[in-house]
Amino acid sequence: MRVSGFDPIPMEIFHRRLKVITLLVGILFFTLVFRLWYLQIVHGPGYRIKSENNRIHLNDIPPFRGRIFDRDGALLVDNRPSYDLYIIPEESRNRAELLQSLNALIGLSQEVVGSKLTGVSLRHSFRPVLIKKDMSREELAIIESNLYNLPGVMVQVNPQRHYIHGTLASHLIGYLGEINEKELNNGQFPNHRQGDMIGKYGVEGRWQKYLSGLRGGEQVEVDATGRTLQMISRRPPVSGANVTLTIDKNLQMVAEKALRDKKGAIVAMDPRSGEILALASSPVFDPNEFVGGIERGTWRRLMTNKDSPLQNRAISGQYPPGSLFKIVVSLAGLEEGIINPEEGVLCTGSYPLGNHIFRCWKKHGHGSVTFQRALVESCDVFFYKTGKQLGVDRIAKYAQMVGLGSKTGFNLDFEKEGLIPTSAWKLKRWGVPWQAGETLSTSIGQSYVLVTPLQMAGVISSVFNGGYLYQPTIIRQLGENDHGAHLFKPTVMGKLKVKEENLNRIKRALEGVVNESRGTGGKARMKEIIVAGKTGTAQVIGLEAEKGLDRAGDVPDEYKDHAWFVAIAPTDNPRLSLSILVENGGHGGSEAAPIAKEMIKAYLGGG
Amino acid sequence: MLDRRLIQHFDWVLLFLIAVIGAISVLNLYSATYAIRTASGSQIFMKQAYWFLMGFAVLLMMTFFDYHFLERLIYPVYVLCLSLLGLVLVVGKVYSGSQRWLSLGGLSFQPSELMKFVMVIALAKYFSRHEEEKQVYGLRELWRPFVLIVLPTILIIKQPDLGTGLIVFIVSFSMILFARIRWKSLMILTAVFFLAVPFMWSTLKEYQQKRILTFIEPGLDPLGAGYHINQSKIAIGSGLFWGKGYLKGTQTRLHFLPEQHTDFAFSVLAEEWGFIGSLLVLLLYLFLVLWGINIANNSRDKFGTLIALGIVAIIFWHMVINVSMTSGLLPVVGIPLILLSYGGTSIMTTMAGLGLLMNISMRRFMFQ
Repeated sequence: MRVSGFDPIPMEIFHRRLKVITLLVGILFFTLVFRLWYLQIVHGPGYRIKSENNRIHLNDIPPFRGRIFDRDGALLVDNRPSYDLYIIPEESRNRAELLQSLNALIGLSQEVVGSKLTGVSLRHSFRPVLIKKDMSREELAIIESNLYNLPGVMVQVNPQRHYIHGTLASHLIGYLGEINEKELNNGQFPNHRQGDMIGKYGVEGRWQKYLSGLRGGEQVEVDATGRTLQMISRRPPVSGANVTLTIDKNLQMVAEKALRDKKGAIVAMDPRSGEILALASSPVFDPNEFVGGIERGTWRRLMTNKDSPLQNRAISGQYPPGSLFKIVVSLAGLEEGIINPEEGVLCTGSYPLGNHIFRCWKKHGHGSVTFQRALVESCDVFFYKTGKQLGVDRIAKYAQMVGLGSKTGFNLDFEKEGLIPTSAWKLKRWGVPWQAGETLSTSIGQSYVLVTPLQMAGVISSVFNGGYLYQPTIIRQLGENDHGAHLFKPTVMGKLKVKEENLNRIKRALEGVVNESRGTGGKARMKEIIVAGKTGTAQVIGLEAEKGLDRAGDVPDEYKDHAWFVAIAPTDNPRLSLSILVENGGHGGSEAAPIAKEMIKAYLGGG
Repeated sequence: MLDRRLIQHFDWVLLFLIAVIGAISVLNLYSATYAIRTASGSQIFMKQAYWFLMGFAVLLMMTFFDYHFLERLIYPVYVLCLSLLGLVLVVGKVYSGSQRWLSLGGLSFQPSELMKFVMVIALAKYFSRHEEEKQVYGLRELWRPFVLIVLPTILIIKQPDLGTGLIVFIVSFSMILFARIRWKSLMILTAVFFLAVPFMWSTLKEYQQKRILTFIEPGLDPLGAGYHINQSKIAIGSGLFWGKGYLKGTQTRLHFLPEQHTDFAFSVLAEEWGFIGSLLVLLLYLFLVLWGINIANNSRDKFGTLIALGIVAIIFWHMVINVSMTSGLLPVVGIPLILLSYGGTSIMTTMAGLGLLMNISMRRFMFQ
C-alpha cells in the first residue's frame, strides 16, 4: 500500500512516528474511558442519589462597603442592616398562590412581583430573586411569622449604605447606583454582577474599587423545605477599605448653611497642603434616595431641575471671575514692570477706546489711584490701562502660571478646566483676530475668561503660601492605620516664578481690601484675625445687553451678577483659604464676603 | 483535475463517521435546550442542524481542488486571519465579558475558530518545505514557526479566550513534536517558557490572573468553577450504565449544568445515555481520529501528512480536554467538544477541516 514519493526516507520516518502517536492516542482514550467507568459504574449509585436530592444552593454573602470619615474621624457614611425579601423561583411551586399571600400580608403588587419572577431564565432558577429591599419592622415581623406558609420565600440581611448627614457634602461623597449593562461588560467591574450597587459619582464612584470589598458566598446543601443541612464550601466576604476625607465636618456644615436656598459653591482649602477642608455646592441632593435603586420619578426630578442639583459647581461650574482676575493682572503688571506701585493713575469713571467707552463700576471715578488703592477699591480703569499695555497673551501667561485654564487633576470626576483666552485661541476658535477692546474686558475678568471656584482657591493660596500651587485633594487616608493604610501627601504642581516683593505688594493690597476704608471686602473684617481677600462681581450677560436692563431695578434673577469672594486667614500664617461663589447673588462685597467671615470664625475662632 | 479515480476513492467511512456524530449532536442539543423556553433557546438544535447541512456543502467544496493549491495561498490567508483576530479586539462583539465575535451583517463569526485550522496548514507548509534538508529541528530553524504560533495565541488569550488559545498552542506544539525537535532545543524552549512565566504573569490584568489561578486551583472559586464541576460530575455519574433516558436527565432539566449546550454538552449526553452511550460516542471520536491518522499515514507527501495530522490533533485534543474537564480530571477551561457542542463558526470551520482531510484521503494514490 505504501507509496514512495520523491523523498522516501523522511516519509518512512513519518510512518514510524505515526505508530507512536497511535499508541499515545490509545492510552489517553483508555484514561477517559476508565474515568467514565469510575464515575458512572464505581461511584454511579452515589451520584444518582445526589442528583435525586440535588438541592445545592448558592448564597451570596455581601461585603461591607468601606466607611467614609471626615478629617477628624467623624463618621459620615456608614452601612446599616436592610431586611430584604427574596423568592427562589424553583421552590415557589404555586406561584399564583404565593403572590396572593404576599399581597395580602404586606401589600406587594402581584404584577410587579410576577414580572420580576418571569424574567428569570430557568438556568438561574435556584438563585434567589430580590423582591423587596429594606422591609419595615412590621413587614419583617409579618413575613417571619408566616414563613412556613410561604415556600420559596426567604429573608436576608444585607448591609445598606447610609449617609448619616443626608445632604451633607453630597456632591463630594457622591451616590450609588445599580450597575448597568455597559459597566457589566466592559471588564472594569469583574467582581460585580447584575443588581449590584456600585459607586457612580463623587468619592463613591472614584474610589469604588477600594470601597466596594469582595462578595463572599457559600455553597450549601438544603433539604426539601429549604433548611440548610450542611455547608459545602464558603468564601468569606472581604470588607471594603475605609476612606478618610480631608473635609472638616463642621466647616462643611457652615458652608452649606450659608448657601441654603441659594445657588453657588464654596471651596475651603488648607493653603499649606492643598487639602480641601470644605467643598459645598448648592442646591444639594440626598444620596440616601439612591441606595435602594433610585425611583424613576426622583431621578427625573433631579435630572430635569433647571438648577441642576447633581452638578458639583465647585469643580465643574465655570464662571467669569470678574474682579478676582485683577489679582492675576496685578501680578502680570508688576512682574512685567508695567505697574509702577508708587505712581498714581487717574480714574474719571470711564476709559475710551476707539469709539467705545469702557466704564468703571464707580460712576464718577476714583480720582488718582495708586496700585494699592486700585486693588483695594477694585478700580476698573486702572486695570483697563494695565491690561491694555500688557496685551492678552501676557495676561494669559500669568493666569496659566497660577493654575487657571487647566484642570488641577483633582481626585473627583467631572472637573472642568475653565478658559483663559489668548489671541491664538481666538483665531483658531472663532477665525477672527483678537480685538483690543476684548483685552480690556479680559483685564477685569470678563470677555471669555472662565474659572472654577476650586481653581480660585488655589490662586489665593499660592499668593499667600510663598508661591506654591498644591494639587487639591479630598482624600487624607485610604485603609486603616494599623495595616497598609495609604496616606496622601501634599503634591506641588508648580511654583510661581515671580519676585517676592511683588507678591508682598499684592498681599498688602488684598489685606487692604478687607481692612482699609473704602475696601470692597470690609464685610469680612474681623477683630482678632487679619483677613485678606478680593471681591468679584461677575456679569452674567454682556455689557451691551446690560444697557437695556435697569441695573438697580427689576433685573430677572438669572441675569443678576454672580457674587465672588476669595479670602485667606490669618495673613501672617495662612491656614484657611476660601473661594466663595453665589450665583446671581449680586455684589461680591455684600453677598459673598459675609459668608467668608462666618467660615473663618467657625474654623479659626474669633469674632 | 477531477477525474474518475477521485470519485472511486471518495472516503465514505469518514463521511459516515461525521454524519453519525452530527446526528447525535443535534439530538443531544434538542435535549440540552429542551427546558429553555425562550425564543432563541428552542431554536438552538435547529440552528445546529442547519450548520451541519451547510457544513457538508463546505466539506464537499473542500474536496474539489488539489490541496497543494493551499501551499501557495496559506501565508496570505494566515495574515488575513491574524488581522481579523486583531480586529476582534477593536470592534468585536462583547458577550459575557470576552470579545470573540465579529458581526457580518447579522451573522456572528469567531476568527479564533478559523485560526486553528489556518495554523495547522501554515505549519504543515513550513515543516514540509524544510524537512528535505533537516530531519531534526533545532532552535535556529524554529523561530519562524514560533512566531507563527505565538502571535495568534496572544491575540486569542487577550480576548480573553484561554481555552481556544490553549488549543492553538497544544495543537501547534503537537505538530512541532511530530516534525521532531532536537532534545536540547526542547529543553531550552521549556526552560525559556518557565522563565518567561513570571514576566507574562505581571503583564496580565488582575481578573485574568484570578482566572488562571482558578484554572490551576478550582478550590479558589468554590461558587463558580467549583460548583460547576461538582454538578457536572453528579450529572455524568448519575447516568450509571444505561443512562436516565433521552430527555429524562434531571441535572439537565433543572439546569444545574452551566453552558449545557456548549462546554458541558457531553455531561448532558452522559447523564441521559449512561456509560454505554458515552463509550459509544467516545469510540466514534476514536475511530475518527484513527481514521485520520491512517489518512496521514497513506498521504502521498509530507504536506498532506502534516495537514492530516494537525486536523486530527485539533479533534483529538478538543475531545480529551473537554471530556477530562466535564468529568473533573482537568479544571474548567472553556473548551467545547468539537462537533458535539453548539457553535456555528466551530461547525463550519471543523467541516472545512474535515473536507481537507477527505481531500487528502482521495488523492492518496495520485501523482503529480
